[in-house]
Amino acid sequence: MNMELTFPEDAREARARSDRNLSDVERWASLAAGAALTAYGLSRLRSNGWIFAGVGGLLLRRGVTAHCDIYEAVGLNTAGTADDTRAALRGPRGVNVLESVTINRPIEQLYRFWRNLENLPQFMSHLESVEKVTDTISHWRAKGPAGSVLEWNAEIFNEVPNKLIAWRSLEGADVVSAGSVNFDQAAAGRGTRVTVHLQYSPLGGKVGAALARLFGADAETEIREDLRRFKQLLEAGEVPTTAGQPRG
Amino acid sequence: MKALCWYATDDVRVERVPDPEILNPRDAIIKVTLTAICGSDLHLLDGFIPTMKRGDILGHEFMGEVVAVGRDIKKLKIGDRVVVPFTIACGGCYFCQQGLWAACDNSNPNAWMLEAAYGFSGSGLFGYSHMMGGYAGGQAEYVRVPFADVGPYKVPDELSDEQVLFLTDIFPTGYMAAENCAITPGDTVAVWGCGPVGQFCMASAWLLGAGRVIGIDREPDRLRMAADKSKAEVLDLTKVDVYEALKDLTGGRGPDACVDAVGMEAHGNTIGDWYDKAKTATMMATDRLGALRQAIHCCRKGGTVSVPGVYGGLLDKVPIGAAFAKGLTMKMGQTHVHRYLPALMGHIQRGAIDPSYVITHRARLDDAPKAYKTFRAKRDGCIKVVMKP
Repeated sequence: MNMELTFPEDAREARARSDRNLSDVERWASLAAGAALTAYGLSRLRSNGWIFAGVGGLLLRRGVTAHCDIYEAVGLNTAGTADDTRAALRGPRGVNVLESVTINRPIEQLYRFWRNLENLPQFMSHLESVEKVTDTISHWRAKGPAGSVLEWNAEIFNEVPNKLIAWRSLEGADVVSAGSVNFDQAAAGRGTRVTVHLQYSPLGGKVGAALARLFGADAETEIREDLRRFKQLLEAGEVPTTAGQPRG
Repeated sequence: MKALCWYATDDVRVERVPDPEILNPRDAIIKVTLTAICGSDLHLLDGFIPTMKRGDILGHEFMGEVVAVGRDIKKLKIGDRVVVPFTIACGGCYFCQQGLWAACDNSNPNAWMLEAAYGFSGSGLFGYSHMMGGYAGGQAEYVRVPFADVGPYKVPDELSDEQVLFLTDIFPTGYMAAENCAITPGDTVAVWGCGPVGQFCMASAWLLGAGRVIGIDREPDRLRMAADKSKAEVLDLTKVDVYEALKDLTGGRGPDACVDAVGMEAHGNTIGDWYDKAKTATMMATDRLGALRQAIHCCRKGGTVSVPGVYGGLLDKVPIGAAFAKGLTMKMGQTHVHRYLPALMGHIQRGAIDPSYVITHRARLDDAPKAYKTFRAKRDGCIKVVMKP
């Protein structure tokens, strides 16, 4: 049913590259420091040298694999692989969100509304604007934390009219993300089922951590409320509100 | 404008607040000409409904004159005289199109709150807590009505405000409760609670072909109204054993349908009632359900229990075993007002019923806080209060 975002690359080398988040300089520094510490520790095993040997071992591993767990946890990447959407979202690395909603409108109308990406900020509350660059490439601006603005380009890389739209961010994105939306006929007379699958990665360079906060701890809630507004707009023609009404 | 605002349990006040404005293209602003206090407003006064905020404007039974419309409103004109359903419905979703207006998918801006509590959210309501949408209510001089091309219903000139006001809630609510009884000609319908909804349920049971209608309460004034105006046989639950009395009245079989028109704040003197009072008073339970227990207990085998009374939380000691063993059908829920409004307006126009008979008190909006207390205490024979702004 869902468009899984997979990037067919069978080379083992490519997989190793995708795990890298260290630059070559850091890699060699890790190897050198790791070797020295290990040798020093092993020579003084009787007076707590095992601690130095252990840390040295970890540094050696960091150097050999070119992968740092701490960097990954805080969203740092010095290897230059973060700009690659495929690498950034591979396997368990990206955050995955899957939400669906049933809308009492014909498939064609919903597809047409969504395919005009400039409509998306009408119901996606964190988006400021989406501008069409070419038919498949668009420029996205989103509200970041503390009044900042996050920007990226995205391309539609797969579309089946009245069925599927899939997109991914392009290189240099503040937000590394990819997503798809599927439109399916619900059972007779029950409208259209709209399913959104979104992946994004906090390994987005300088704003990786900011992005995590942007989506909050609960990206599913964000997407669910966006889909609710999409449904309200298409079914009721407006998003219900009480903002601005009187109170005592 | 002036509006009745909720500040805390037992604290409602008439305050000056800004006038409402059009916020969405399908809004209208109504100048209220008559409004009422509903029995369910007492649940707010008593603090039984969560997600109330200080300053919330109450009131979901109101009617009046259209004074402004949003740009997408074509059906209403300024000057139209309308009654407004208390359930807010968009008209475009699957549920609205099935006639399940109170289950509207799109009218509650805070649907996530109810989804957390109930799994799914029903429609937004006027003046009835933030989990129900947080819409400002109609116990005010003006009120903003969303989706105004769906809800508000025009009133024929010859009918007075008092005759049609209850089409906003309690008349359709009583009617739906009776319709949920699936009455076949000659059926006996027993109604717990002779408040306004109970009265209209009894009157509607007659309209739907019941053979006998029995009203149960403990308030002499309400029992009198049930007997005199709703033409019911009445049982005073403080004087008779209700189960035995109903058996006697039905040849040992029990009523074909039992209606709980009381809801979550039932008063009674059985062990179960005291158990509920102790638990709700200590915040260990959300509802008191004496009427519901008795309705299930008294209902005949294969009969129907219909529940227009409001419940909010998790109910304790519900005799589901009895309901199962007797094969009961249970129906309940918020009223699909839009569905009943045209037909019931027709009944009033034809003279089949004049709903104004339940009115016992007429007040000014300024006196609303006092009216709430009188109504709650059932003081001075108070059954229904209507207020002019």
